[in-house]
Amino acid sequence: MTEVAEEVPGEPAAPGATVHGVLVSDSRGQEVLHPDRSDYVDLVERLRAEGYWMAVDLCGVDYLNTPGDRGLPVGVEPERFEVVVNLIDHRNRRRTRIRVQVPDDDPVVPSLFSVHPGLEASEREAHDLLGIVFSGHPDLSRILLPDDWVGHPLRKDSSIGRIPVQFKDPTASGGARP
Amino acid sequence: MSQVVDPETISGPDAAIDLSVLDEARSRLANDDAVLRLSATEAEERSGYQPPTDEGLGERMIMNMGPQHPSTHGVLRLVLELDGEEITRSRPVVGYLHTGMEKTAEQLTYLQGPTNVTRMDYAAPLFNELVFSMATEQLLGVEVPERAQWIRTLMCEVNRISSHMLFMATNGMDLGAVGMMLYGWREREELLRFLEQVTGLRMNHNYIRPGGVAADLPDGWEEHLDSVLSVLPERLEEFDTLMTGQPIWRDRLQGVGVITAEEAITLGATGPILRSTGYAWDLRRDLPYLCYDQLDFDVIVGTHGDSFDRYSIRLAEIRESIGIVRQCMEKMPPGDYRIQDKKVTPPPRARIDESMEALIHHFKIFTEGFKVPEGEVYVAVENPRGELGCYLVSDGSSHPVRMHIRAPSFFNLQTLPHLMQGSLIADTVAVVSSVDPIMGDVDR
Repeated sequence: MTEVAEEVPGEPAAPGATVHGVLVSDSRGQEVLHPDRSDYVDLVERLRAEGYWMAVDLCGVDYLNTPGDRGLPVGVEPERFEVVVNLIDHRNRRRTRIRVQVPDDDPVVPSLFSVHPGLEASEREAHDLLGIVFSGHPDLSRILLPDDWVGHPLRKDSSIGRIPVQFKDPTASGGARP
Repeated sequence: MSQVVDPETISGPDAAIDLSVLDEARSRLANDDAVLRLSATEAEERSGYQPPTDEGLGERMIMNMGPQHPSTHGVLRLVLELDGEEITRSRPVVGYLHTGMEKTAEQLTYLQGPTNVTRMDYAAPLFNELVFSMATEQLLGVEVPERAQWIRTLMCEVNRISSHMLFMATNGMDLGAVGMMLYGWREREELLRFLEQVTGLRMNHNYIRPGGVAADLPDGWEEHLDSVLSVLPERLEEFDTLMTGQPIWRDRLQGVGVITAEEAITLGATGPILRSTGYAWDLRRDLPYLCYDQLDFDVIVGTHGDSFDRYSIRLAEIRESIGIVRQCMEKMPPGDYRIQDKKVTPPPRARIDESMEALIHHFKIFTEGFKVPEGEVYVAVENPRGELGCYLVSDGSSHPVRMHIRAPSFFNLQTLPHLMQGSLIADTVAVVSSVDPIMGDVDR
C-alpha cells in the first residue's frame, strides 16, 4: 500500500488527474480532492454550486511522527496538519472529500463559514483540539474545553497523561504485617 | 402508518431545489443575528440585566439555562438573551461531557475501538459500533458474512426503536405529559431486555465489532423479539391517544421551532430535523449500507418543519422500524456471524484447546491487535438522530492515527438559536426536546 494506484485495483488513479483544476486521488473507492490553502474556499464554493449542498463534516488530523505514505497524489507536499472536509451531493447520491495540507509553523486556513455556515462548530472544534486557526471565522473560541485551557490535546505531542499507580512497598512501614 | 405523500409537495433531493433559494437561506443564516456570540466565561460574567445600548437595543436579560436543567437531557447549557419573555439571541454551550474519546481512540487497538465509541451516543450505542466497524472493515478490505450483516441490521433497528422510545419519554416529560415518561421508559426497557439477551448488556454493548458481531443470536431470540414486537403496536396506539391528538399537545408543538429544508441543509442538520421539512433524505434508502437495499420501508417526512412534525416522524419511524425488524426476522440467513479471518477475528474458544496456532492468533489479537493497511476512509450510517459518520486514518499499525466521529447531535444543535429566535422562553424546552440531542455524542 505504498502507491495510491494500488489501493483501487482495476481503476488506477491516474497520476495528475484533476477536478476543477485540483489534484484528485482515490482512497478505497472514495474521491479525495487536494487543493491548496489558497484555492480551498473557492473550490468548496464551486462544488456547492455543482450540487454538493451540504458540508457533512470537518475535522483536523495531526500527522506528526507518522512516516509513510498518506495517499497524497504526486505534487502535494505533505505537511503536519490536515483539514478534512466531507461534502455530500444529495441529488447524485455521491460524496467527496477535501484534504488541505496545513503547515506546523503557520497553522492557518481560511474559514468555510461564508460557504457553509453549518461548519462553524466543527471549525471551532478543530481549533480547540488541534490549534488550527480558521481565518475569517466569526467566533473562533474553544468549544469543548474550558476557555482557560492551555494546549491542544489532539496534537500528537500533547501528553495523554497518566494517573500514577501507587504500589505498596513491602519493606516500608505499614506494608509488612508483623 | 406510512402515509402516501404527493410528490409535488415534498422537496426531496430529486425535486429541484433552486440554488438561489439555498443562497438566500445561507445569507439569512449568516446574518440573522440569532447566535449570541459570547464565550462561556463572558456569558457567565454578564448574566443578568443588560442596559439599553447606543445601537438601539433595548433592555435585555442574559440568562444561563443549564447545564443542570432537567430538560436539557444531560449537560447542555443554553445562554439566552431575553427581551421580556421573548428570546432574541441564544447559543448552546457544550463540552461539559467532553472526555477526549477521540484521543482515547488513538491509544486503543481497532479491536478495542467499539468499547470506546459505544459510549458516545449512549441512547443508540450500536450505531456507533457499526460505523466504526464499517470504517475499519473498509480499510482492511474485508467483506462481512451475510448473516452478520443481517444481525447488524436487525440489532440496529431494535436500537432505533429503543432510542425513539427514549425520545417519546423525554419529550413527553419536557412538555408536562409526565405519564409519558413512564410509558416510554417501559417500552424502551422491553427492547433493552432483548438487547441484553443478545449482547449481555443493556447499553454500551460492544457487540458489533470489526469483522462481524461478538456472538451469534441466542436460542429463543425469535420468540423473545416477537413477544416484544407484538405488544408495541397497541402501545403506540396509546401514545397517539395520550399525545398526538391532544389539543394541548398540539398547541405546545405545532408551529414551534420551525425550520426550512434550505436552512437545515445549510446548517448540516440531518435526520428527523431535515425530514421534518419535507426533504426526503435517509441514508438507509439513498446511500444504502448493510441490507437496507433488500428491505421494504418508507422514509417518513413532515411538511411544516416544526416540533410537532419531528415528534410525528419519530413516532412513525418506530412503526417503520418494527416492519424492518419483522422482515429481518424472516430473511435471517444461516451462516457465520463473523468473518473467519484469523488475523482479524479471534478463533472460537474450543479451537484454542486443540490448536497451537489458534492460541497464538488469539494471543496476538488481544495483546497487540491486528494491523490495518494505510489509508483513510469516511463511512456514514443513519443514526436515529441523523448522519453518524466515522473518519478513520490508519498508518498501517494496530492503532488508528485519527478517529473522528461526525456526531449528528453536534450539528443539529447548531439549529437551536435559529429555531428559538423570536419564540417564548416557555417554548425553549419544547424546541430543545424536539432536536433530541444526546450530549455524550455532542461532546465525545
